[in-house]
Amino acid sequence: MLAPAPAAAIPVRHFDAAAPRRLARALADLGEGARRWRLAAALAWLDLRNRYRGSVLGPLWLTLSTAVMLGALGWLYAALFRMPVGEYLPWLAVSLILWNVIATAVGEACACLTGAEAVIRQLPLPHSVHALRCVMRNALVAAHNLPLIAVVFLIFGVAPGWGALLVLPGLGLIALNAFAAALLLGMLCARFRDIGPIVGSVMQIAFFVTPVIWKPELLDPRLRLLLPLNPFHAVMETVRAPLLEGGGSPWAWLAALLWTAAHGAVAFAFFARFRGRIAFWV
Amino acid sequence: MARILAEGISIEFPLYHLGARSLKKRLLAATPLRLRADAANRIVVAALRDLSFEIRRGERVALVGRNGAGKTTLLRTLAGVYEPVAGRLTVEGAVGSLIDPAAGMDPDATGRENIVLRALYRGLTAAEGQALAEEIAAFAGLGEFLDVPVRAYSAGMHVRLAFAMATAMTPQVLLMDEWFLAGDAEFMEKAQERLSRLVSDADILVLATHDMTVARAWCTRAVRLDAGRIVADGPVTEILAAE
Repeated sequence: MLAPAPAAAIPVRHFDAAAPRRLARALADLGEGARRWRLAAALAWLDLRNRYRGSVLGPLWLTLSTAVMLGALGWLYAALFRMPVGEYLPWLAVSLILWNVIATAVGEACACLTGAEAVIRQLPLPHSVHALRCVMRNALVAAHNLPLIAVVFLIFGVAPGWGALLVLPGLGLIALNAFAAALLLGMLCARFRDIGPIVGSVMQIAFFVTPVIWKPELLDPRLRLLLPLNPFHAVMETVRAPLLEGGGSPWAWLAALLWTAAHGAVAFAFFARFRGRIAFWV
Repeated sequence: MARILAEGISIEFPLYHLGARSLKKRLLAATPLRLRADAANRIVVAALRDLSFEIRRGERVALVGRNGAGKTTLLRTLAGVYEPVAGRLTVEGAVGSLIDPAAGMDPDATGRENIVLRALYRGLTAAEGQALAEEIAAFAGLGEFLDVPVRAYSAGMHVRLAFAMATAMTPQVLLMDEWFLAGDAEFMEKAQERLSRLVSDADILVLATHDMTVARAWCTRAVRLDAGRIVADGPVTEILAAE
């Protein structure tokens, strides 16, 4: 909420190209973006509503199509991997839903600045608002899918225990990564229009090399040690392990934290350096 | 105290998709004035070149010049959309810009939702936006259409809503593009009144226009831009005397 400014205080905007104070401006952009979260939330909500305008089920289609997908893949792959459905399907439900959250967050990150071109070139807004809008929209989509995990757990009688509370910091890490990706990929895709398709194909490969439909136990034990090097696996484990294994190893959490820190640092460095160019790129 | 101080500001638009070297050479040879290669050997359009001026409280400035002279780019720079690549710019005072009225309008949302959205864009709260809605709808003559998606509006209704939303503010520094003075005659009478109030309440007006009558009627000072440079700056009567 903006406090009413005292009559004497006049907003002053000063910019000196010889001393751009990029770091301070990037931090101010992030701070102002966070203060304007209501705008980002309103835009995210309108995005979702417009996407399902005129549809009877609306965003429930998200839930329904994920449920159908889980049902189909669950029985098929349980048979292929020769695992009991009751053991495989809870794993698949958690993995696939988390993967969808991550993959859509990454995919939509690419368009988060170019999609807001009309606004960026007309209204002086903190650019982080657009990244925040993207994260919030994906959080809303996730909120339509995550409850399916509870349904699957109920059907198959999986009780995660108190360790499940660790999903909250886990989801927080995913949100942080989604925000960093929105800033970084949003800028990269605005400047280099080929990055979007590249990201798409990378995510497709990542889907197969990350344990989503297959369990890590199927890997050779030596190869399994390499899994924390996969950032998608590392971050996913912070939500999946609390639900399925009651917490997850400290190593998994360390890997996830390190990846998130590295990702955030790269995104912030890039944002600080090139923030002023965004209006020219989109 | 509202004030604008520009010291040698330049804006360059990079043209990223001109990679081919031969094309680059040809372009550079053909247009020696505004296209040039920057330090990183990219082709850039020099949209504004080394502008210095000061606008003090009470001044009403008309930006005149041909299409492409840099008028709108200068307005956007003053609004804070573009960061200059060189020079220093200081803008003191709350800035309100009437550059593109429809920016940020969501065609699938209702008039009321758009008004609230615009309030949020401007940094107000949703409640303040709701409070503005009735006044804006009354001015724009929306009536029962206030709660209908903007997509269903007639073109005139659309323009009126955009105008009413954009002008529901009291800035100290008002930046305006000339489209604001175009519209259907009946509405323009009402619009003129509202604009006049906005202008007289603002400490500074910067108006980009082609229309010399408007410039003479509204402004005290004129700045003529040509190819991104200031070629004349002075009282309206002097600068526009030739036209």
